Amino acid sequence: MAADLFYFLVFPGLLFAGITGGFLSWFDRKVTARVQFRKGPPLLQPFYDFFKLLLVKETILPKHGSPITFLIAPVFSVFGATTAGVFILLPLFNITTGFRGDLLVIFYLLTIPSFSYIIGSLASGNPLAAVGGSREMKLILSYELTFLLVIAGVIMKCGQQFNLYSIIQTQQAASPFIGSVSGVLLFIVAIFCIQAKLALVPFDMPEAEAEITEGIFIEYSGASYAFIKLTKYIMLFILPSLLAGLLLGGFRLDGIHILWSILKILGIVLLITLIRNTNPRIRIRQAVSFFLIWMNLIAVIAIVLIAFGY
Amino acid sequence: MGFKSYCFKKSLWVFHFGGASCNNCDIEILDCLTPRHDLERFGILLVGSIRHADVLLVNGIINHHDKERLTEIYNQAPKPLLVVAIGACGCTGGIFADSITFAGPVDKVIPVDAYVPGCPPKPEAIIAGIVKLVNK
Repeated sequence: MAADLFYFLVFPGLLFAGITGGFLSWFDRKVTARVQFRKGPPLLQPFYDFFKLLLVKETILPKHGSPITFLIAPVFSVFGATTAGVFILLPLFNITTGFRGDLLVIFYLLTIPSFSYIIGSLASGNPLAAVGGSREMKLILSYELTFLLVIAGVIMKCGQQFNLYSIIQTQQAASPFIGSVSGVLLFIVAIFCIQAKLALVPFDMPEAEAEITEGIFIEYSGASYAFIKLTKYIMLFILPSLLAGLLLGGFRLDGIHILWSILKILGIVLLITLIRNTNPRIRIRQAVSFFLIWMNLIAVIAIVLIAFGY
Repeated sequence: MGFKSYCFKKSLWVFHFGGASCNNCDIEILDCLTPRHDLERFGILLVGSIRHADVLLVNGIINHHDKERLTEIYNQAPKPLLVVAIGACGCTGGIFADSITFAGPVDKVIPVDAYVPGCPPKPEAIIAGIVKLVNK
C-alpha cells in the first residue's frame, strides 16, 4: 500500500511526471523561440508560471453555470493523467511488469483529461467556452478511433500480447517496431494523434487563442488553471513515453542506453514542436476528415502490411 | 522579496485593451513581442482571456462607450492586477483631450500603476516602463 502511494505521488507519479513535463514544456518553448530567431524563456519558466497561478492569483467562479463542476474538472484531469502516467511509466522503467490488458486501461485513462476539459468548459457558463467544448468533442470523436487502430497494429505485430511490458520486451529482444514499413506508417499516424490529444497546432481549435479567446479555458483563473497547466505538462511527458514504449523499443536504464532513452523522448517532443511551428491552425471540419479518412486509411494499410508479415 | 512575489515577477501575462486609439501604440506594443525586442525571455506572454492576465495594458482614449467596458474588464480580472497606461492618449488624453466623447484619462476610470508617455512610445520605452513597474 505504501509502495503504491509512493509510485502514484512521487516516482513515477505526480511529482516526477510534473517536473519532467515542466522541463519538456520549457524545451518546447525554447525550440519555438529559436526557430523564430529569438531567445526563449529561462529554464524554470514553466515552474514560475505554475506557482504564480497556484499561489498568487485568485480563483474567480463563474456566475452562470455550475461552480462545483467547474472547480472539480481540473482535479479530475490531473489525477486521470497521473494514473495513466503511472501505468505507462512503471513498465517502461522496469519497476513492475504491469498486468494483462493494461494497454487498454491506459488508453481508457488517457481520455479522462480531454473529457474533464469538456466538462469544465461546459460548466463555465460562457458561450465561447461552449464553442471550444463542442470542438474538443468533435476532435475526440475523430482521433480516438485512429489511436485505437495504432494500438491494435502494435498488438498484432508482437503476437497478440496485451500488456505494455511484453511489448517492450519483444522489441528489446529483436528490433524496435519502427524498423519495418508498417512501423513507420504507424509512427506517422501516432504522431498526429498525439498532436491532437495535446491540443497543439494544427489541432488547437478548441483553445484557439485569437479566435475564440482561449475557448475551453476562458473562465479559468488562479489555482484551477494551475491544475490544467500541470495536466498539460504531465501529458507532454507521458504521451511521448507511451509512443517510445510502443514503437521505439522503450527505455533501457543501463550504461549508455540512458542517453538513447533521453534522446528518444526529446526527439519525439522536438518533432511535435517542429510540426507545431510550421503549420497553421485548421478548421474542425478539416481535422475530422483528416483523421476519419486519411489517417484511418494509412493505419488500415499498416495493419494489412502487418498481416502479410512486413 | 518572498517566493510568491518572485514567481509573480518572473511570469507576467499581458492582456491588451485598446480604447479608441489610432493603433500606433498597438503596433508598438506588438513590436515588443517580435523577435527584435523579444519579451518572452522575461516570461511575458500575450494572453487572450482577461481571466489569465496579470498586467492590463491600456492605450487609446476612453470614450463613453469604452468606459463601461473598461470597468467591466477590470472587474473580471483576478487580482493582483497591474495596470499600465501606454501612450499620450492613455496617460492624459493626448491631442483628443478636448473632444466631446472623451470620458477622462485612464486613471479616472481604473487605478493605474505605471504610465508610459510617448506618441507612440518606442518599444524600448515600453520595456523600461514594465521593468520599473516590476521593480517597484
